[in-house]
Amino acid sequence: MRELLWLVPALPLTGFLALAAGAGRLPRPAVGVVGVGSVGLSLLTALAIAADFAGPAAEGAVFRQPLWQWLAVGDVAVRFGLALDALSLTMILVVTGVGFLVHLYSLGFLAGQEGLNRFFAYMNLFVAAMLILVLADGLLLLYVGWEGVGLCSFLLIGFRYRDPATVRAARKAFVVTRVGDAGLVIGLILLVVSLGTLDIAALTEAAGTRWAAGDALPVAAAALLLAGAVGKSAQLPLQVWLPDAMAGPTPVSALIHAATMVTAGVYLIARMHGLFALAPPVQTAVAVIGAVTLLLAATGALAQTDIKRILAYSTISQIGYMVMALGVGAYGAAIFHLTTHAWFKALLFLAAGVVIRRLGDEHDVRGMGGLYRHLPGAFVAFLVGAASLAALPLITAGGWSKELILTQVWAAGGGGPFLWLAGTLGAFLTALYIFRAVFLVFFGPERTVPGGATPATMLAPLAVLAVLAVVGGAFPVPAFLAGSLPVPATGRAAGWLFGAIAFGLPLLGIYVAYEIYLRRRTAAAGRREAPVPARLFGLWQRGWGFDALYTAVAVRPVGWFVRVNRGDAADALATGATAAGTAGHRWLSRTQTGRLRWYAGALAGGTALVLAVAVLA
Amino acid sequence: MQVTFYLASVVALLATAMAITRTDAVHALLYLIVSLLAVAVVFYLYGAPLAAALEVIVYAGAIVVLFVFVVVMLNLGREAAEQERRWLHPRIWVGPGLLAFVLLVELGALLTGDGPAATEVVAPREVGIALFGPYLLAVELVSLLLLAGIVGAYHLGRRPAPEEAGR
Amino acid sequence: MTPMPVMEGLLLAAALFVLGLLGVLVRRNILFMLMSLEIMLNAAGLAFVVAGARWGAPDGQAMFLIILAVAAAEVAVGLALALQLFRRTGTVDADAVAGLKG
Repeated sequence: MRELLWLVPALPLTGFLALAAGAGRLPRPAVGVVGVGSVGLSLLTALAIAADFAGPAAEGAVFRQPLWQWLAVGDVAVRFGLALDALSLTMILVVTGVGFLVHLYSLGFLAGQEGLNRFFAYMNLFVAAMLILVLADGLLLLYVGWEGVGLCSFLLIGFRYRDPATVRAARKAFVVTRVGDAGLVIGLILLVVSLGTLDIAALTEAAGTRWAAGDALPVAAAALLLAGAVGKSAQLPLQVWLPDAMAGPTPVSALIHAATMVTAGVYLIARMHGLFALAPPVQTAVAVIGAVTLLLAATGALAQTDIKRILAYSTISQIGYMVMALGVGAYGAAIFHLTTHAWFKALLFLAAGVVIRRLGDEHDVRGMGGLYRHLPGAFVAFLVGAASLAALPLITAGGWSKELILTQVWAAGGGGPFLWLAGTLGAFLTALYIFRAVFLVFFGPERTVPGGATPATMLAPLAVLAVLAVVGGAFPVPAFLAGSLPVPATGRAAGWLFGAIAFGLPLLGIYVAYEIYLRRRTAAAGRREAPVPARLFGLWQRGWGFDALYTAVAVRPVGWFVRVNRGDAADALATGATAAGTAGHRWLSRTQTGRLRWYAGALAGGTALVLAVAVLA
Repeated sequence: MQVTFYLASVVALLATAMAITRTDAVHALLYLIVSLLAVAVVFYLYGAPLAAALEVIVYAGAIVVLFVFVVVMLNLGREAAEQERRWLHPRIWVGPGLLAFVLLVELGALLTGDGPAATEVVAPREVGIALFGPYLLAVELVSLLLLAGIVGAYHLGRRPAPEEAGR
Repeated sequence: MTPMPVMEGLLLAAALFVLGLLGVLVRRNILFMLMSLEIMLNAAGLAFVVAGARWGAPDGQAMFLIILAVAAAEVAVGLALALQLFRRTGTVDADAVAGLKG
C-alpha cells in the first residue's frame, strides 16, 4: 500500500491538469466531480497508506520513494523523492481530509456562481503543492511545493479578480510572503554550499557531525529558514497579509489560510528540528515570536467587526501557539495543535461561510444577531468550533492540544514561565473574542433576516468537522509523532493549579463575553461595546499599526523610487547605445554638406594630416 | 643665372596670388598667363627647354585660351563682378589660409635638404627618344585620354535640343 | 649652364601648389576653381621638371608632358561641365549645386 505514496500528490495534480485542459468545455457537474473527486481519491489513498504504515511509523520507520533525478552538475546531484514518516503521514491526512471536506463544501458555496472550473483547478493545484511540500525528502522539492502554495494562495485570494481591492489583497499576500521566501532561499543556498546536499536526512546528519550547537553557520541558516516560516505562517513581523487575505472566498480562507498553507512554516521548523537544535538563539527567537504574536493577534481579533477578519487574527494567534511550542522543543504538541486547529478553524470558517451566504454576503457582525433560530446547523457548528478554539477542557480537541502546549511550555528551561504566562493570557483573550463573535452573531436582537436554504454539501462537512473538533483529542497524535519528532525533556512539574487554571480561564472568558456582549448590549441598545479605552481599541483594530508602519517604511520609498526611475536608468545601457549611434549619425551627417569647396578642403585637410605623420614620425 | 631664377620665382608667386584674388575673370586669367610665363623661364633656367616651350604653347596658349572662350560665352556682366566681390569677404580666407599654411610648412619640412644641383641641359632630342622608348605606352594612353576628353567635352557641352530642354 | 639649386625649385613648386589650393578653397565661382586647379597642376609639373633636371634625365620632362596632356583634357571636360551647370541653374555658384547634401 505504501508504494502508492506518489499517488497522493499526483491525483490532485491530475485533477488540476484535467480542469486546466478542459477549461470551458466541461459541464458543471463534471467539473465538480473531477475537482472534488481527485482530492477524495487522494484522501482514500492516504487512509490506505495510513492503515498500512501507521504502525511502523510510530516506531520511527521512514519509507522513502525516490522519484527521479532532476539534474547533476559537477558533484552535486539533485534528486526528487518522497519520504513518509509519522510527521508527514499526519500532515497528508490533515491536508487531504480537510481539503476534501472544503472541496465538498465549495460545491454548495459556489453554486450559481461563475468560475467554478478555475476555482477547482486552483484548489486542486494547491492541494497537490501542499502535499508535495510535506512529502518532499529534499529541501529543493519542498521549496517547489512552498512556491506552489504561495502561487495558489495568490490566485485564490484574487479569485474575484474584477474587484481591485481583492487584487490588492492578493498582491499584498504574495509580496509579504515573498520577503520571507527570499530569506528561505538564501538559507537553502547557505545549507547546500556548506553541507553539499539538500536531502533532509543527509543534511541533518551532516549538520550534526560538522557543526556544534551555537556555531555561526547553523544559526544563520536556521534564522533564514525562520524568516521563510514567519512569512508563510503570518507571524510577527510578516503577519500583515493574512487579515487582508480574507478577501478571497470563504472555502479558500478555510483551507489555505486556516488549515494548510499557513501551517507550512510550522511544518518546516518541525521537519528541520535537527538544524534548529544546533541554533539555540534561533530557538529562543522562535518561542518569543510565537508568544508575542499570539498576544498581538488575540487583541486584534477582539477589535474586529468583520467576522472573517476575527477568524484571521485568530489563526495568526493560534499559529503563534504552535510556533511558541516549537521554540521550546515541544514539537509533538505543536503538530498536535496544528491538527486540532485545522479541524476547528476550518469548522469556524465554513460555518461563518454559511452565515455570510445566507445573509446575502454580509460580513459585518454589527449587521448580524439572533441567528441561532434561523441557522441552527451553522449555530451548532460555530459553537462547537468556538468551544474547541477556546480550549474548553476535556470535551474539546482544542482543549487537549492547547493544554499540552501550555504544560510543556511551562516545563521548558529558561524563560518557560514567561511564555506560559503569555499563553495563558492568550487563552483568556481567545475565549473572550470568539464568544464575543458567538454572542454578537447568534444572540441578541435580530438585524438581518437570512434567506434561502443551506445545501447538504455545505452541512455535511460541518458535521464531520464538528465531530472531529470534539473527539479529535482522543487521537494519540503526540505519541504517534514521537516516531519522528523529539520529545522534550521533562522539566518543571505542573501541579493541580494548572489544571484549575486550564479549566477556569475559558469559562471566565465566556462569562466576560456574555456580560459585555449579551447582557449589557441588549440593555444599552448597542452603544459603546469596547471593553477598553477607544484609542487602544482602535489600535487593536488596525493590527497594532503594522500596516501603517510598513506603508511608511517600505511601500512609500519603493513607490518614490519607481516614480523617479520612470525613465529606467538600467535600460539606459541599451537605449544609450542606440542614442549614441543616432547622435553620432546626426553629427557625421553634418559633414556631408554637398558643397564642392568643403569636400576639397576635407581632401586638403586629410593630406595635411598624413604629411604631419610623415614629418613628425 | 640664380638671380634670374629668384626674380622669376617672385614674379610667379606674385602673379599667382593676384590671379586667385581678382573679381574679374579676365583679369585673373591675364595674371595667370604672367605666372605661367614666369614658370616657363624657370624651366629654361633648369635646362629644360622643351618643357619651357610646351608650357608656353600648350598651357598659356591653349588652356588659358579655352578659359577665355568660356568666360566670353558665359557673358558674366557687372552683376557677376559685384557678386564676386561679395563672395570674397576677408573672413573667408581664415580657414583655408590656415590649412594652406600648415600644408606649406609640412611640405617645406619634407623638401629641405642639400643635394647636388642641376647642371646639364636636357635637350628635346633626349626627351623625344625617351618618349618613343620607355614611355611609349604612356604616350599611347595619353592619346586615348585626349580622345576621351574631346568626346566628353563635346557631349557635355552640347546645347540641349528644344524638346529635351526640360531634362 | 650654372648649377641650379634643387631645393629652391621644389620649394617654389610647393608654394605655387599651396596658392592654387587656397584658390580652390576660397573661390565660389566654378571658373576660378578650375583656374586654381590648373595652377596646382602646373606646380606639380614644375616639381617633376626640377627633379628630372637634378638627375639630368629626360624622365622629368616626359612626365611633365603627360601631366600637361592630362591638364588639358581635364580643363576641356571641366569647362564643358561648367557650361552645363550655368545653362541648368543660371549661376556659376559652386555652392548652388549641393544636391548631395545629407
